[in-house]
Amino acid sequence: MKIGVFICHCGENIGRTVDCPRVAKACEWLPGVEVSIDYKYMCSDPGQNMIKKEIIDKKLDAIVVGSCSPHMHEKTFRKAAVAAGINPFLVEIANLREHCSWVHDDIELATDKAIDLVRMSVEKVKRNQPLTTIEVPVTKRTLVIGGGIAGIQAALDVANAGYEVVLVEKEPSIGGHMSQLSETFPTLDCSQCILTPRMVEVYQHPKIKLMTYSEVEKVDGFIGNFTVTIRKKARHIDEEKCTGCGLCITKCPTKKKAYNSFEENLAFRPAVYVPFPQAVPNIPVIDETVCMYYKNGKCGVCVKVCGREAIMFDQQDKLVTEEVGAIIMATGYKLYNIDKKPDDSIYKGYGEYGYGKYKDVIDGLQFERIASASGPTEGEFKRPSDGKEPKKIVFIQCVGSRDESKGFSYCSKICCMYTAKHAMLYKHKVHDGEAYVFYMDIRSGGKMYDEFVRRAIEEDGVKYIRGRVSKITEEDGKYIVKGEDTLSGMPITIDADMVVLATAMIAQPDASELAQTIGIPYDKHGFFNEAHPKLRPIESTTGGVFLAGACQSPKDIPESVAMASAAAAKAMVLFGSDMLEREPVVAKVNADLCAGCFYCKKVCPYSAVEVREVKTRDGIVIKEIAYVNEGLCQGCGTCTATCPSKSIELAGFNNEEIFAQIAAL
Amino acid sequence: MSTHNHVHTIADDIKDKTFQDVSLCYQCGKCSAGCPVRYYMDIAPNKVVRLIQLGFYEEALKSTTPWLCAGCMTCSSRCPQEFDLAKFMDAVREIALEKGVEIKSKDIIKFHEAFLNQIESHGRAYEVGLVAEYKLKTMHLLQDVDSSPGMFLKGKLKIFPHNIKDKESVKKIFKKTANK
Amino acid sequence: MKVGYFPGCSQTGTAKEYDTSLRKVVEKLGTSFDELKDWSCCGATSAHVTNHQLSNALAMRNIMIAEQQGLDEMVAPCAACYNRLVLSQHETNKHPEVKAKVESILETKFTKEVKVMNLLELFMKIGLEKIKENRKVELKELKVACYYGCLLVRPSEITKFDDSEQPESMEKVVEMTGAKTVDWNSKVECCGAAHSIARRDIVLDLSQKILDDAKKHGANVMVVACPMCHTNLDMRQTAMRHVNPEHQDFPVLYLTELIGLALGMDEKELGINLHTIKFNYNELVAEKAAV
Repeated sequence: MKIGVFICHCGENIGRTVDCPRVAKACEWLPGVEVSIDYKYMCSDPGQNMIKKEIIDKKLDAIVVGSCSPHMHEKTFRKAAVAAGINPFLVEIANLREHCSWVHDDIELATDKAIDLVRMSVEKVKRNQPLTTIEVPVTKRTLVIGGGIAGIQAALDVANAGYEVVLVEKEPSIGGHMSQLSETFPTLDCSQCILTPRMVEVYQHPKIKLMTYSEVEKVDGFIGNFTVTIRKKARHIDEEKCTGCGLCITKCPTKKKAYNSFEENLAFRPAVYVPFPQAVPNIPVIDETVCMYYKNGKCGVCVKVCGREAIMFDQQDKLVTEEVGAIIMATGYKLYNIDKKPDDSIYKGYGEYGYGKYKDVIDGLQFERIASASGPTEGEFKRPSDGKEPKKIVFIQCVGSRDESKGFSYCSKICCMYTAKHAMLYKHKVHDGEAYVFYMDIRSGGKMYDEFVRRAIEEDGVKYIRGRVSKITEEDGKYIVKGEDTLSGMPITIDADMVVLATAMIAQPDASELAQTIGIPYDKHGFFNEAHPKLRPIESTTGGVFLAGACQSPKDIPESVAMASAAAAKAMVLFGSDMLEREPVVAKVNADLCAGCFYCKKVCPYSAVEVREVKTRDGIVIKEIAYVNEGLCQGCGTCTATCPSKSIELAGFNNEEIFAQIAAL
Repeated sequence: MSTHNHVHTIADDIKDKTFQDVSLCYQCGKCSAGCPVRYYMDIAPNKVVRLIQLGFYEEALKSTTPWLCAGCMTCSSRCPQEFDLAKFMDAVREIALEKGVEIKSKDIIKFHEAFLNQIESHGRAYEVGLVAEYKLKTMHLLQDVDSSPGMFLKGKLKIFPHNIKDKESVKKIFKKTANK
Repeated sequence: MKVGYFPGCSQTGTAKEYDTSLRKVVEKLGTSFDELKDWSCCGATSAHVTNHQLSNALAMRNIMIAEQQGLDEMVAPCAACYNRLVLSQHETNKHPEVKAKVESILETKFTKEVKVMNLLELFMKIGLEKIKENRKVELKELKVACYYGCLLVRPSEITKFDDSEQPESMEKVVEMTGAKTVDWNSKVECCGAAHSIARRDIVLDLSQKILDDAKKHGANVMVVACPMCHTNLDMRQTAMRHVNPEHQDFPVLYLTELIGLALGMDEKELGINLHTIKFNYNELVAEKAAV
């Protein structure tokens, strides 16, 4: 076998600590090595051409590239090998960067180690088998989880391209937080006015299967071939029969038992309800926890008034299975709550702002509902406590954000903009009102964003005070806000009628649970992890799962929409071909040796091990053995390590190859 | 951080004494906003940190702010960066004394001197001695004259100091921790 | 139950009634004190303000005595002493270089952790129900503003027993006496602390605000757990009368005195008669009835 060794300097990354020419020279003498050269950037065009030339000229059978991590350029070098005519799996990468130059200082020792690493790879590649890629069919359907603006955009993009979409939303209606907003920055468009046309488009789209009041319960499979189990929660209303007339809602006698979460708990709703008038679908839900029928078997007014007999008290949750090829996560965010947290929580809540006991100290979404024409006060500014018009409002930014001690270290990105918006909306309606904003910095980096904030200050007379607020106390119905303006060095005390806290944007409370269901990683805050923060912000590290919107990190609407379209594009890249190529690095069971203990089945994280029966010619079952489904296997090697009888081997990493690699050390 | 050509500054002294770096403070002003004695200080607490951050050591050490600090820890408990500002003020005071900087809050210094003398002599705070020594140092002879007779009559102020048995051990502590 | 007792300098002087009432109440509830032998100043106030090492060493000297005395836990009724002891202990245990220095100054080696409790933790350990069980007088007419001051609850990561912004532990104890508590805004606002002597004007300003706030929220008595706070809030009312013509006297009790009253002791044996501002429960009840 003729092997070529190619040592890359990786510029300074490897070259500064490893003496690459010396490594190349030393490897010339390894048994089986036909040629051994070094170059500054092996992954570049000239570098790759060098490899191809050597393969062809010297008639090489296999190559070893000493370079950066295979994560970076294994694909590059395999493609080069294929172009020159050798099987891509007869290419081994010796990681001279992450495993050598980046973790050592001593040049002599690092170079010696580099030689060792290359020698090990040479011995391995001698035993490598030429493998062929596995092809699997692709299901050209997409699952979008989350029906906010990001989910809606992603669903529409994919559907408009002609592919089917299943859109799952856990609330009774799609629309997300954007439907709760009064107006959006920087244009001050009415939020629902620009959102509801899209919601209707989703509802009416022939290619979108909308499942509201539903949650994803289980995901099996892999990229191109996911099997998803969705729980359709019981609305107790027959969706086929209901016309959305709303009579049941009007007549329901249980009017004040439950808070309306759409109105951010500023108003009540009946036991049978739609979250807001423009809900899509406009089909109510019966809340079992407050409905009198479920409590004591009485009432049933809704049944009497419903002209279509659509009430179904004994409707059960339904489990639905969908086959999809791509999944787009668009589950959005929640706002940090300043209430007192339990002792073992790492977050503390804000005791100096009252732990939520002051009725007129509210958060941004509550302010949106008050400002909104369709909200509990019909757009008039009224204090939640006594309904009076506030004449002085204090806005406090960075509550819970940029705060290691009580909240989160990150910046929530949108608060500077929406606080300016809030102050402006207030001043536009209450001309003699005073608005004060306590800020640390102004982060307004988008298009027309800084101009928007300046407008609040210069045209609408909003007073910006640079500093945080130490304490809020209530006295005689007013809120004493004690802060500091660090620019002038003056303490500032304001007796406000209302205080609006710009609380941190945080991940949904069940985000980590959902991530585990889907099988994607998430960070310590519960935000889903992107594959690479700079160059792969849309994909998660799990193939076939893409991220859109605030579930990945705090962001505003234009960014969420852009990301949603990007995620849709990524999904459609998958659908570009009928077959998907999969790496052939999969496990295989030796049927003769397998004893049928099924330890492998127990440990496989991808449920790729099946039970196969071994029969005689007459059809009598002799034994049951394990069998690996190549389509599901991800090549992690857990089964290989577990098998007590060494009956499973991983293609591309079989025992012979690994032992040779170790022995070469 | 590069260690060669590094001159040991007062900011480093503070780091050695408090185990925290002044660069933690991002000048949000929450400490100053909640400080109960803020109105009496010449420089706001967060500004003192700023002066140290930028190297204006003299201005920081000469201010009355650390001496007016009541040590109530409101600042430290609310700081979003978990910067212990009260401890920072402790360090600034110590350094001001070590460097012999001229301190404007003369009465406060004299009170502390009187208090510490009592502890060194008796092991515990002997209140009559403390007040007497304080009055002599400051010549505020008529201060507390309104409350003292009442206190004597109620037996709250002892005429003779109580000395702890092992006075020497306390004296030793004072000796071993004396400021250079 | 036996618990170590670190009185602190004020208990023998200006806070004599705190010491008296504490000892009497604790005895009635079935606990005895093992006073630290030859204890010295805890290092709070001036030592802490001017020389950190001195303050640590002074504090740890008392911890050393407690360890030598075989105590697992002790109570320091003065909030400043409690805070100084706990913080010094925490710093000594957290930083080996500090521990080495303290051990060399004191010529000793610390081998175990002595738990330092404040007054509220002591009562929680004794068991709040015991107060109710032994109660002889239900202090129904009292509307109490519970004043914690700064140092009982801050910093909360080290004191670890109650919330530093909206604490509730004192209220729980007070409610066992039958008195009602009020929700008010200055529970943890500073009274001026050690500025009492050198900057009396600061103390008068801050303490007046606290008393006014308590009154505003409907309280007719304030309860404290620190002798420094008590001096500032009670004794300084004489001076407040001069400075502020609108000042109205407002009684301030130690928590132990309140409990003592509920357990059936009278003002004289608890030492309440030593306060600057007069307080007598029966008179207060009579006044209310007359109205």
